[in-house]
Amino acid sequence: MIYLENIGRYFLMLKSVFSKMTKWSMLRNLIFKEIDDLIIGSMGIVCFISFFVGGVVAIQTALNINNPLIPKYLVGFATRQSVILEFAPTFISIIMAGKVGSFITSSIGTMRVTEQIDALEVMGVNSLNYLVFPKIVALTLYPFVIAISMFLGIVGGWIASIYGGFSSSADFIQGLQIEFIPFHVTYAFCKTLIFAFVLATIPSFYGYYMKGGALEVGKASTTSFVWTSVVIILLNYIITQLLLT
Amino acid sequence: MIEVNNIKKSFDGVEILKGISTTFDKGKTNLIIGQSGSGKTVFLKSLLGLFTPEEGTIAFDGKIYASLSVKEKRALRTEIGMVFQGSALFDSMTVEENVMFPLRMFSNQAVSEMKDRVDLALKRVNLVDAHHKFPAETSGGMQKRVAIARAIVMNPKYLFCDEPNSGLDPKTAIVIDNLIQEITDEYNITTVINTHDMNSVMEIGEKIVFLKNGHKAWEGTNKEIFKTDNESVTDFVYSSDLFKKVREVYLKELG
Repeated sequence: MIYLENIGRYFLMLKSVFSKMTKWSMLRNLIFKEIDDLIIGSMGIVCFISFFVGGVVAIQTALNINNPLIPKYLVGFATRQSVILEFAPTFISIIMAGKVGSFITSSIGTMRVTEQIDALEVMGVNSLNYLVFPKIVALTLYPFVIAISMFLGIVGGWIASIYGGFSSSADFIQGLQIEFIPFHVTYAFCKTLIFAFVLATIPSFYGYYMKGGALEVGKASTTSFVWTSVVIILLNYIITQLLLT
Repeated sequence: MIEVNNIKKSFDGVEILKGISTTFDKGKTNLIIGQSGSGKTVFLKSLLGLFTPEEGTIAFDGKIYASLSVKEKRALRTEIGMVFQGSALFDSMTVEENVMFPLRMFSNQAVSEMKDRVDLALKRVNLVDAHHKFPAETSGGMQKRVAIARAIVMNPKYLFCDEPNSGLDPKTAIVIDNLIQEITDEYNITTVINTHDMNSVMEIGEKIVFLKNGHKAWEGTNKEIFKTDNESVTDFVYSSDLFKKVREVYLKELG
């Protein structure tokens, strides 16, 4: 029953987020701040993980194809497919649920505990719009993060293949180009945008409606990470079923 | 003036406010006192519109809050200043930005005008060198002053303070009490303070509402509280030997 109640509250929260907009001059500054916190601040970890996981995908693929009949370009092909279809949009989103999601929950949760949200409400500010809407707008830039992740994942795979002696550069690049379906990139960006919305709103929900003190802020961050991940995984399945089958 | 008529509020089936009626007069410091769990905070938050009472009405200068339109409620909120127990300053903003926040939100003034008003408000609370400090870099007393400055910067008609002295040393607490009373007189506003600080009760309680278990058990002034024979009030206010003696001395003086 509590799950149904939370789902209902989540949608009511979304309704409030998009009503009674904050003054644009304030909103603009908030959006820039959120872009800095959520997008720019995540680039380091996303680049690092993408590069090395891309490398590992290439190495694993190469090590698992012993059959001489399988062409060497398969390493590049498998790296491209893995990185574009799943690793960059989904795996990075799960990491972002931990990084960005817990940041959002704990920052809004702390504002709740310290009565800053009450202060906004007393002043007549729509606190949900003020706090959550700039995060949603900032995370519309999330596909750019994923594009960089895709690029670095493939570069990581390329470097690992060449310097590990698993494939030549020409073979790897041939693999990248072979049977390339542009719609796969569209599919990846479509789900990335949906995940961005989830990343902005579910952690905000758990931060905004939390009750208690500092300990509960920690608990809310954990719960928010779990549910954001669950929703991302479920949506990933549904979107894949809808767009690729 | 704020008129409260028979408000009731429950949480999870437990009735916290059990039909409170009172009035808070303009130009006076009105105090709500009572033990922890007596319903003070719920009462204050109901007055502020943060909780919606299940029954009863709250009227601000004759306008019943519940029957106002969304636009009217929004307009009324800009006339309310609030000082929270923990100050509730925005951590990511400097003192100046915190005080300027309501102006930036609700006025169309030029930045220079807003800065002038912020300067005035900060000067009024005797904080002149703290503009560029962040809340974390200031003391508890300074944070309370900033919160008061933020609350008065829009020239409110109503000022609410939730335990303004909590966590402050006795000297700073008296300074904050005096500051609130001065501002109340100067701006001729309706001030409602939620407190269990007995110094505040004795010093600035021009009207005192005593709550017990969600009921209004007594109301009067800081002069009348010395003379009352209401057991609930005397048990609470004169629970310490010091205040018992203060009361005896005061009553002796009165003869």
